[in-house]
Amino acid sequence: MSHSEVTTESRAVRVLLIAAAGGVVALFLLLPLMAVFIEALRKGWEVFFEALRDEAALSAVKLTLTAAAISVPMNTLFGVAAAWSVTKFRFKGRALLISLIDLPFAVSPVIAGLVWVLLFGSHGWFGEWLQKYDLKIIFALPGIVIATAFVTFPFVARELIPLMESQGSDQEEAAVTLGAGGWKIFWRVTVPNIKWGLLYGILLCNARAMGEFGAVSVVSGHIRGETNTLPLHVEVLYNEYQFSAAFACATLLALLALVTLGIKSAIEHFTGHSSNGHY
Amino acid sequence: MSISIHSIHKTFGTYKALEDVSLDVPNGSLTALLGPSGSGKTTLLRIVAGLEFADPGPGRILFHGENVVDIPAGKRQVGFVFQHYALFRHMTVADNIAFGLTVLPRHQRPSRKEIGDRVAELLSLVKLDGLDQRRPHELSGGQRQRVALARALAIRPKVLLLDEPFGALDAQVRKDLRRWLRLFHDEIGLTTLFVTHDQEEALELADQVVVMRNARIEQVGPPQKIYDHPRTPFVYEFLGNVNKLVTPAGVTRYVRPHEIEVKFAAEFDLQTDRLAEVQHLFSAGPVASLSVRADDGQFIEVEISRKQLEELALSVGDKVALGLPVSS
Repeated sequence: MSHSEVTTESRAVRVLLIAAAGGVVALFLLLPLMAVFIEALRKGWEVFFEALRDEAALSAVKLTLTAAAISVPMNTLFGVAAAWSVTKFRFKGRALLISLIDLPFAVSPVIAGLVWVLLFGSHGWFGEWLQKYDLKIIFALPGIVIATAFVTFPFVARELIPLMESQGSDQEEAAVTLGAGGWKIFWRVTVPNIKWGLLYGILLCNARAMGEFGAVSVVSGHIRGETNTLPLHVEVLYNEYQFSAAFACATLLALLALVTLGIKSAIEHFTGHSSNGHY
Repeated sequence: MSISIHSIHKTFGTYKALEDVSLDVPNGSLTALLGPSGSGKTTLLRIVAGLEFADPGPGRILFHGENVVDIPAGKRQVGFVFQHYALFRHMTVADNIAFGLTVLPRHQRPSRKEIGDRVAELLSLVKLDGLDQRRPHELSGGQRQRVALARALAIRPKVLLLDEPFGALDAQVRKDLRRWLRLFHDEIGLTTLFVTHDQEEALELADQVVVMRNARIEQVGPPQKIYDHPRTPFVYEFLGNVNKLVTPAGVTRYVRPHEIEVKFAAEFDLQTDRLAEVQHLFSAGPVASLSVRADDGQFIEVEISRKQLEELALSVGDKVALGLPVSS
């Protein structure tokens, strides 16, 4: 960004504004982040690693990774398909579909969890049927995966739709006239054009999937060592006054956030230089 | 290969984009689809390419007599060039041009060596030798459009379709590329259909001009014939400057600015001429244009040569006699 003589403010105003912005960042973003690490290490490294090696903690990490490992690829697939259909084709109900993609963002996570309990819980619509075949969804891994997938559904699609919209279908149409089939067009033309946006969307989706609390909390049942994800485990520890252990586990989530931000800025660095003209 | 279009209709929802359009594009010709935006010319081109489907009905599109309506775009063997190039931005120039060959099923695909030779041959055909490893964003607009052309030609198309090929270029590049394309067409002799909204471009470049308006074809013919004998007022006005004059008898006449003779007022001939007063003079170009007001109050645009302007020594406010061409 270049400075312009005309639009720039006086030195005092600039210093004031920058100080204000810096202050807000420090107070609301950096301070809490530092607090997490300081609290986690208050009783020393010994306690810190003990908390992470705890069986319940390991199981929570495993469950969180499993839920993300299923829901993120699923949402990547659906997100790409949704963005593709919405941006490359015009059809009836297209606007409705775009609004529906946003639904999980609009709904409170608690409601998003309750809906699944209402559907699949023991007193829910399909509860009896599921019991008959001894299938467990609520208070089990499938419920957690479904809730996570629901909440994180919009990330990939939301990232891709504006990108693909702005790129238009010219390149795909050119590929069509050159004799390429749908599959080849997708892999050789569409994917290379959206790869950074796609990676970004997956990254955000993953961060949210691992950090999701509300919806998962409703469907999980909080069975220690079984259906507690990492965020739920942190809450349980906190409620049991094991502050150091709670913060130790929270550092994992904080690290996830930092890594996500790091990759995100790396992506922006790579793509920031590409111009946006017509090719 | 000739293209023959028979009663094609196309509607988008309730909007009629094409209404009963029929057209013959002779083998080896360079035909321009000319019209204002919204006239349906691009839709027609896209239907010929197979990128858009005509409304179901008796409409047919024949390539050398063969109906291609049910053949998908990828199998029609058309070379299509887009207004904004539509180059694959992540590929090199060479990979862009080779694309149509590398996506062929394995048993039809030429060897790597053959593809490389074909790319080199096409690059030299479009005068871009040595740029094979560049990326599209490293090229100028005119170069990009020539890469797009080479890419379209790589599949040895039966017809070449160009959608506003010069629309995104600067005026000078536009003119150069236009002349180059004319020579290029004469060299390779491929039946070519191109869309433009620029009448000058259509008249200069094409063997046959198709004027379109409101989803229909208004007139078809060689450029000079269309320019000299427009069939409708719309074609008259669309193909360049024209004066719309109402005669004392109340008849509307169309007269092009250069068809009007300018004389000294002393040479006024009551039978054929009109008296007028010079309102405005513009002479910063190869021809001088005058804006005059006739004695009945109508404004008329006139074009005369610079030399004639000097001879007449006209200035604003002078009276002149206008000799109108004898109505045909």
